[in-house]
This record gives sequence, C-alpha cells and structure tokens, in this order.
Amino acid sequence: MRALDKKLLRDIRRLWAQSLAIAAVLAAGVMVMVTMNGALRSLSETRDTYYERARFADVWSSAARAPMSLVPEIAAIEGVARVEARITENAILDLADLDAPGMGQIISIPASGEPEMNRLILREGRLPEPGHKNEVVVSEAFALAHDFHPGDGFSITLNGQKRPLTITGIALSPEFIYSIGPGSIMPDDMRFGILWMPEDVLAAAFNLSGAFNSVTLGVTRGTDLEQVKDELETLLKPYGGTGPYDREQQTSNAFLDGEIMGLELMVQFLPPIFLLITAFLVNMVLSRLITLEREQIGLLKALGYSAWEVSWHYLKLAMLIGAVGIAIGWATGYWATIAIAEIYGEFFHFPYLVFIQYPAVYALSAVTGTGAALFGAVFAVRRVVQLSPAVAMSPPAPTRFRKGLFDRLIGVVKPRQTTMMILRAIGRWPLRAAMTTLGISMSAAMIVAALFMLDSFDELLDVAFVQVNRQDAILEFALPRPETVLDDVENLPGVMLAEGAYSAPARLYHGPRTRTVAIEGRRDGAELARVFDGVSRTEVPPEDGIVLEARLANHLDARVGDVIEVEFLQHDETRHRVILTGTVQTFFGLGAYMDQQKLSAMLGQEPQVYMANVMIDEGQEDALFKAVKDAPAISGITLMTTVRQSFDETMAESANISVIIYSFVASLIAVGVVYNSARIQLSERARELASLRILGFTRGEVSYILLGELFLLTAAAIPLGLWLGYILAAGMVESFDSDLYSIPLLITQETYIRAAGVVAGASIASALLVRRRIDRMDLVAVMKTRE
Amino acid sequence: MAARVFHTEGITKVYRTGEVEVHALRGVDTELFMGEFTVLLGASGSGKSTLLNILGGLDTATAGRVWFRDMELTAMRERELTRYRRDHVGFVFQFYNLVPSLTARENVALVTEVARDPMRPEEALERVGLDHRMDHFPAEMSGGEQQRVAIARAIAKRPEVLLCDEPTGALDSNTGVQVLEALNRINQDLGTTTVIITHNAGIRAMAHRVIHVADGNIADVTVNDTRIAASEIVW
Repeated sequence: MRALDKKLLRDIRRLWAQSLAIAAVLAAGVMVMVTMNGALRSLSETRDTYYERARFADVWSSAARAPMSLVPEIAAIEGVARVEARITENAILDLADLDAPGMGQIISIPASGEPEMNRLILREGRLPEPGHKNEVVVSEAFALAHDFHPGDGFSITLNGQKRPLTITGIALSPEFIYSIGPGSIMPDDMRFGILWMPEDVLAAAFNLSGAFNSVTLGVTRGTDLEQVKDELETLLKPYGGTGPYDREQQTSNAFLDGEIMGLELMVQFLPPIFLLITAFLVNMVLSRLITLEREQIGLLKALGYSAWEVSWHYLKLAMLIGAVGIAIGWATGYWATIAIAEIYGEFFHFPYLVFIQYPAVYALSAVTGTGAALFGAVFAVRRVVQLSPAVAMSPPAPTRFRKGLFDRLIGVVKPRQTTMMILRAIGRWPLRAAMTTLGISMSAAMIVAALFMLDSFDELLDVAFVQVNRQDAILEFALPRPETVLDDVENLPGVMLAEGAYSAPARLYHGPRTRTVAIEGRRDGAELARVFDGVSRTEVPPEDGIVLEARLANHLDARVGDVIEVEFLQHDETRHRVILTGTVQTFFGLGAYMDQQKLSAMLGQEPQVYMANVMIDEGQEDALFKAVKDAPAISGITLMTTVRQSFDETMAESANISVIIYSFVASLIAVGVVYNSARIQLSERARELASLRILGFTRGEVSYILLGELFLLTAAAIPLGLWLGYILAAGMVESFDSDLYSIPLLITQETYIRAAGVVAGASIASALLVRRRIDRMDLVAVMKTRE
Repeated sequence: MAARVFHTEGITKVYRTGEVEVHALRGVDTELFMGEFTVLLGASGSGKSTLLNILGGLDTATAGRVWFRDMELTAMRERELTRYRRDHVGFVFQFYNLVPSLTARENVALVTEVARDPMRPEEALERVGLDHRMDHFPAEMSGGEQQRVAIARAIAKRPEVLLCDEPTGALDSNTGVQVLEALNRINQDLGTTTVIITHNAGIRAMAHRVIHVADGNIADVTVNDTRIAASEIVW
C-alpha cells in the first residue's frame, strides 16, 4: 500500500464519528432513492404490463338497460377497437364466517368464456360454465380473507332471490387491482368481493336478456378519448347512460395513479435534500482537514507530489465516506424495498408482484451519492491546488475579522465578549451558518411533513365520520324507490331512523369547463348525512341553488353566486340553470348537492330514493343483518363502523410506520449537521477555548462559546424548518388532490412542538457528545501545538 | 525578605505515553517570592515548562505538594483549580493565543468581565503601550503587538502572579525587548510576581532571581544584586 493511502485509512479512523454521521445522512438519501425509485418503477412497470396483457379497457360506461343491438353502433365510433357489453350488479352476500351481510359486485362473463377486455387471471379452479346458475368466480383478495377455495360456497341475493353459489375459481382482474366497495374508502376484503358469473345467468336474474347495463371500450392508440366518450354518451343517453369515464376516473387505476404520483413527488423531493446536506458536510469536514494539514500538503508538494495527486488523496477520502453511505443505504434500501413490497402486496392485487430489486436503481443511487460527496469535496480540495508549498509550510495568518454592519447592530446590545465571539463567527462565515441552519431546518421540515399526515387523517376522520356521515349503515336499493320505502326500512328490526338519499348523474357546465358528477338530493333537516362549509365548519342547508364540493367548484372555476348549467345524463338535453349557493368540504369524491324537491322537480318525477342512511340500535344488529340478507329489494349494505375501523387501522398502521421512519431519518440529518459542525468548531477553536480555560473560564463557560453558536443556529432553524414543513405539507396536499379524495392541510400545534422537540433533542445530544471532548481537552498540549 | 508566594515540596511529574515513562520533574523543592521577577532557565525538556504549568494550576503533580500562599494546589480539584487560575494567575504564552474574532480591547474585556477586581481594559492596554491600537483585530497587528495584548489580557485582572512561557520565543529582538520592557514595567508598577521561562540566557540579567532547571531538578538558584534594563540585553 502506498504511504498516502495508509494516511487515508488513518485519517478515516481518526474521523470515524464524523465520517459515519455524514455517511448516515447519505445512506438515508440512498435508501429513499433505492426504495422509492424501485417502488415507483416496479408499480408502474407492473401496472403497464398487466394492463397490456389483460387488455385493460380505456373507457367505461353504465346504462340502465341498453339493447345489444347498440353494440355495433358503439363499435363504429371512430377509434374504438373493441367493445364489450356486459352486466354488472351489486348484491348482498350471506357469508358463513361473517354475521354482517357482505357485499358483492357481480360482473358477467361472456358466453364465449374469456372476457375480451379486463381479462381474468385464474389463480385457482376454472371459469363457470354458461347456464350454470350457481357457479361463481371470486376475486383473490376476497377468497383469501375467507379462506375460500374452489368448491366452497356462500349465498347471494340476486334481484330479490336468494340462492346458494359454489366457487369454481379464484381470479384477478386489472379493474380491481385496488378494490374498494361502494361508499368505502379503504379496501375491506372481508365484506366486499368481486364476483364473476355467466352472462346468461345474470341476464335471466336481472331481466336483461338481449340487453346490457355496462360497457367497456378499447381504443386504438392516439384516439381522442373525449370524442369517444361524447359519442358513447350520446348513444347511451336514451338507455339511462350514466356518463362514460376513462382510466383517469376508474377507481382502481386512480388509486394506483395516486400512489405513483406520491412516489414521484417523494423521489423528486427527498433525495436532493439528503444529497445537498451530504455535500455540505463533506465540504465542511474536508475543508477543516485541509486547513489542519496545510503543512503536510506543503511538504507533499515540496517532495514532488503534483497538485492532482494531493487533491486525489482528499477526494478519495470523500469517496470513501460516500462508499460507506451508499453501502448502508443499499442495505437498508434492500430491506425497505422488501417491506414496501409487502405493504403493496396487501393493497394492490397484481398477478405477479413484482418487486424486483432493480440494479439500475442501485447504480443510479451510487452515482448520485458519490457525486454528492465529490461535489462537496471539490470545493474544499480546490484550496489544495492553490496552495504553494512555501506558503503552505508557514503557519496561516490569523483569520481576518473586520467590523462591519453586523458589529454596529450588535454594538447596540453590548453583549459579553463570549457572546460577541459567537456572533462574530456567524458574521465571519455567513454561508456556513446559513447552510447549517438550512440543514437543521430540513430535519424539522421533514418531521412536520411526516407528522402532519396524522393530523390530517384525524381531521379527515372527524369530518368524514363525525360531522358528515353520521349514519351507522347505508342500505342500497336495487332500483330507485318512492320515498315511502323509508317507512319499510324503519320497520326493519333495529333501524331507529332512516333517511333517503337520491342521486342523479349529471354534467355540470360553467363557461368552457365541464364535469360529470352525481348530484345528490338532500332533505332539509337530514341528520345522518350532512355537508359542511370547509371554512366556517357550519352545516350548509339545501337551498334553492346547488352546493358543490370545494374542489369541484375549483375544477369548474366557479364561485358562489355563479350560474351553473346542469344537464341530466339520463334525461333530455335541457340545460337547467342553477346558482352556486355554497361550497362544502367532504374530502371524498366530487360531491354536488341540491334540494331533493328541487331536483325531483327538475327531473320531472316524484322524489325517489336510491339509498337509505340508517341509524341502528346496536343491540339488534344481528336481527337487522339477518333481515337485510333476506330482503329482496336491498342490493347493498355499507357498515360505516367497519369502514371507519378499517380506515383507522390501515391509516394508523402505515402512518405510524412512516412517522417513525421519517423522524429517525430526520434526526439523522440533525445529528449529522450539528455533530459535524460542533466537531469542526471544536477543532477550529481548540486553541481559543484552551486559552479561555487557562484564563480561568469554567468548562461550562467555554462550552457556551462552542455550543452557543449551534444552539443559536438551531433556534433559528426550528421556526424556519416548521415553516418549510408547512410548505412541504401544502405541496403534499396539492399532490394528493384527486377526484377521488383530498386530504386537509391541517397541522396541529402538537406536531410543531414535537418536530421542534426532536430537532432540539438531536442537537442537544450531538452537542453533549462534543461537550465531553471539551471536558477532556488537554490544555497544555493544545497550547503547545502551533496551528 | 519578601513573603513566599509559591513553595513546593518534592514534586515529581511522570508522563506516560504508551509504554514510555518520561520523568519531567524529579522531586523539585523551590520557593518564589512576592513581587520578584524570576527567570526559569533550562534546556529543552529540562522540565521548566512542566514546573510553570503546575504552579499555574494547568497541570497536576504526580507526587509532592505545591502551595500558593497558604492554599495547597495539589489538594485542589479541577473546579477549584479553574477558580484559582481565574482569580490569581495571569498567563502569557509563546503564541499569544488571542481570540481572533475579538479586538484588542475585547480580548482584554474577555477577562475583565469575569474577574473580581479588574482594571479597565483601556488601562491594561495603556500599560503595555497599546492605547492607540485598541480597536484592532489580532490579524491587523504585528507579533509584538499581539503579545502585548496577551500581556494586557493577563494583567487586567490584577493577578498576584504572572506566568510567562517563552513570551519572546516567536519574536525578533526589537519586539522582544518591547515585550520584556512591558513585563518589567508591570512588575515594578503593580508589584506582580512574575515568572518567565526562556531559552535566552541574556534575559537572566534583568531578573531578581534566576532558577536553573536541569533534568527535572533545580540545578542552582542565583540572586542578582544588580539588574539591567531590557534594552541592554544582548539578544
């Protein structure tokens, strides 16, 4: 080994704590890169491949009942390559291992066997035979939750008729990679499943022979989707079409998209923070090392080493730190990738997940990680090149301080000299102070951004389940019913109160903007499902006009007082003009609300209900469940308590994990920055501090000078970090915003306090580590060495 | 005869670095007297700096006892030694050791702010002839000027003893003389007991008492009947 390389290893051994602190920061960045990039690539590649192979549809639409004769007309729309007409219905399930009724979404399988689009992947068993009334294929997640295998069975109420079903197979579908039941926000595979049954069986059960109520289209590449949707809408309108939608609004795909977008945001945002801080720390440590070793550098140059050879020596040190960071990052990233794959496997049902460790992702993280270390090093090493051997071997002149504006400012306060030393040091190296502050503040920001998710979900739960949705369950009717059906519902055992809900698919127009939504009819004085103003948190009563979810109003660029034009999809093309009387905040879906009477009048029909919100007497739950399982008119039930529970559990689990990880990683940054700064300061000021000790200053007083600057910078960094955290959270809220859901931007005081606490704690801990070195400082030795 | 400021009984100091034991002091018995200007002479490694550091409370003896007046330094703990240095001792070193971020006046104020009965920083600087350089930073001063600031800083708290380890070691003869004159003046004006370590045998002629240290022991002690001025020293 060459002598210089031996020196390198010994340098590293001497600087191990500082090097490790830097490597840890870099490792966190590499881990995030490896994991998030891997997850991102894996999710999107798997999705694309799956969609391609299973021929995932491009456009969907429902209708009340459309004749099969319409299919050729739909196929004739320009750009449409494939059409599949089918039957989909909801049904109540009676499951042996579940007291509460389950809910199934049934989809028809064509007589030919394989659906042409949204192809099933059979995991077990076979498809049902046409004409076999009691055969069914169920979704894999549902089967897993109930430990179902081919041959097992359960009961279903199909259009009022209860019949036993036998499972012939277990399948996956690209339409339900993420599967949630109607009215739910989280997957609940115990209570909700997808069922596939032969088309002829469903047609017979739902009186849809020669007709369909759902259609999916595949289009050729480059087709104008809007055009296709418009034409499809026109064709389906006479048959009760509910408005076509494309992949963007397809629930499963939209959730996947949301996850992928979230990952993209993280990948863009997080690693640069870690890399930048790594570069800064490497620069700081190396600059100091080069200052301390200037005589050695001069000597090496005098001995005939070239500037490049000496520089390369220091660059290798940076690369060694980088290599350690990358190695730790890879190891933790490898582990985190496996953990994330498990979480994804729970939520997303892919046929072949999929989580591969991508060598390219690892390579990219290594290149950027080394790049960051070198970037920081180059600026420090530049000075090696500039030093001439003669100058390098004579001691450096004392650091120049000058009185400036800064002095005039602090002159007014007349601080003690020890405080003056702190302030002058900040004034002398403002960039370093600023970078240190920024680094520490990033740590605070990251914690705020992580903890804010908990606040936000608390708020979401409160709004969604305490203020807005107060019903215990939602009962769905197979067909719209007159309002008198509510009396029947109230007569069911255990139902204490029933309120009707009705919605009509409609297209809203405001200027050039348009949006297809379901307008919900509301009754004045309704107790169980309410809507609230997002700002004042007061209930918004149904008024003469229309009330829109705030995000919907935004999409339409509409303000209160504007006229919104409403065209009902299942009716003629009349555009009704209604005034936007208010906006509300629900966080889920893009709701539009009108007075039930007004809505019925516009539609020219008697008030009807699609669903009933009910309040249940808990003691009689079982009797109600039994009644619902046998009630022919009820096609679905959503139990809000279980929705709430699963949301709570799922969120709590994933949020807690991420809070712990983020807090840990953020602490690494704080420790890395503060510890290194303190060590550098100690090294730079060892003489100064030793002189003060000799002058009779106590250890505490001397520590004050050393750590005072860091505490001052930390104190400045915390408010800055909290503010950056707010900005980061606002950015996250923005990026999560989709048609399906949004999250509130709410950060509690507690979150700010906790973030500040973690950062302050990390700073104090690193300071104490350095403080021990002050205590052990050998005064005589320090004074004898010439800087 | 003047009162004793320091006296020691058989102090030894052993440094251990790894396997090697270095006996820096081997049972030193000595006395220093109030108001005297004492020079410690000796070769490199003779133990004179170790002796000075133990007297100043910077280092502790391995064995033996040391008294400052009637306070036994060898019985003091770290906290009490800090207090002792703060209240009674002024130090001057070869490499000035000024705080670069503080001006001359502020470097002196550093001490006067924590001392019990300090002089004004301006007065201390006048005493070393630097009243015209008070607001300059160390980087803006010559070595001799920096050393005089260090002396001003050391005497500003009116210490009983001023301990100087090679105060002129890094200076040329002209500035060295200026520094010695400042030290001598302070010794005369304030009566501060002054101990100076030096390699420069020429300096011995300006001392009241000269102590020769050799091989970790006192070789001999001479008392000068007549003293010469700093400017007469042959460098």
